Amino acid sequence: MYIIIVGGGKVGRGAARDLISAGHEVCVIEREPQVAWAINDELGDVALVGDGTEVRVQRAAGMNRVDVVVAASGRDQANLAVCQVAQQRFGASRVIARINDPRNEAIFRAVGISTTISATRAIVSSIEHEVDANMLRLLELSGTEFELVEVVVPPDAPVVGRMVRHLGLPPRTVLTLMLRPGGRPEVPGPDSVLEPNAMVLAVTEPEQEERLRRLLTGAEA
Amino acid sequence: MGCGRLGSTIAAEFDAEGHAVTVIDHDESAFNWLPESFGGETVLGPGEDAAVQERAGAAQADIFLALANGDNRNAMAAQVALHVHGAARVVARIFDPERAEIYRELGIGVVNPTTALESLVRAAAFED
Repeated sequence: MYIIIVGGGKVGRGAARDLISAGHEVCVIEREPQVAWAINDELGDVALVGDGTEVRVQRAAGMNRVDVVVAASGRDQANLAVCQVAQQRFGASRVIARINDPRNEAIFRAVGISTTISATRAIVSSIEHEVDANMLRLLELSGTEFELVEVVVPPDAPVVGRMVRHLGLPPRTVLTLMLRPGGRPEVPGPDSVLEPNAMVLAVTEPEQEERLRRLLTGAEA
Repeated sequence: MGCGRLGSTIAAEFDAEGHAVTVIDHDESAFNWLPESFGGETVLGPGEDAAVQERAGAAQADIFLALANGDNRNAMAAQVALHVHGAARVVARIFDPERAEIYRELGIGVVNPTTALESLVRAAAFED
């Protein structure tokens, strides 16, 4: 495929490197001559110096025969312009935009640029996931859609004192291990009782994770 | 949006004509372009940011003018006002004639200083 990347910073250059080694034809449009030269030194003659939001620069880069456009600069207004010029003037059908400020996602969606990549969003959501109150995703069980999660039952959770059989667990979810504070690990059966501050390991699906967390902790998101 | 020479002049005129005017600029010192008599509002922040536009009341605006210096910034701001906030009418200053045409096709009001000046220069050069 022929891929044009606009913006030769860390993101654009990294993408170019990977796509070239995957056998694709790549052109990187970069405004700063020094940055473009450095890319050419590393990857061969793939970089074109110019403003990638301009029609004539896109034409020189071969936008009329492009398969995929990647707007990878650090400025959202430039990325939006790259995509709109490529779509409107050259009929590019596959455009991917990097979004630097997640608050700008709305306008990209509103003008029909549906494929967007937001590093900030990705980092924030994985941080949120990691620090998610009371639940930790320990591992994804490879080759399956299941995962192993750890939950500590808060002392004031509604499930404290209830038997496993009466919990109403989400579908395709199994409690696999329970550890009371100071106690020994046990495999919970239907009659096992949840105790305050017990640690529970469960196998579940990602879609059920949030429901399980609410059930065992009583906490809203 | 954009309180430079053009933006501040137009803001001051509309204000003097009795319209409710809010000016957005990301540089606080730009508001110094406004005359002492200016009675409208100022909002500090990048004008293409949907949250900044919300603070400025873009959703209630009859007209949103994107008059900053960058084409891409103006185009994005105008489209945010139009598509995110539903401003009734938007106009962007776009210097690049080719991009001006593209944004016209996309339904934005566009003023292109390059072609406008071209005819003025031509008239001045050939006037008797």
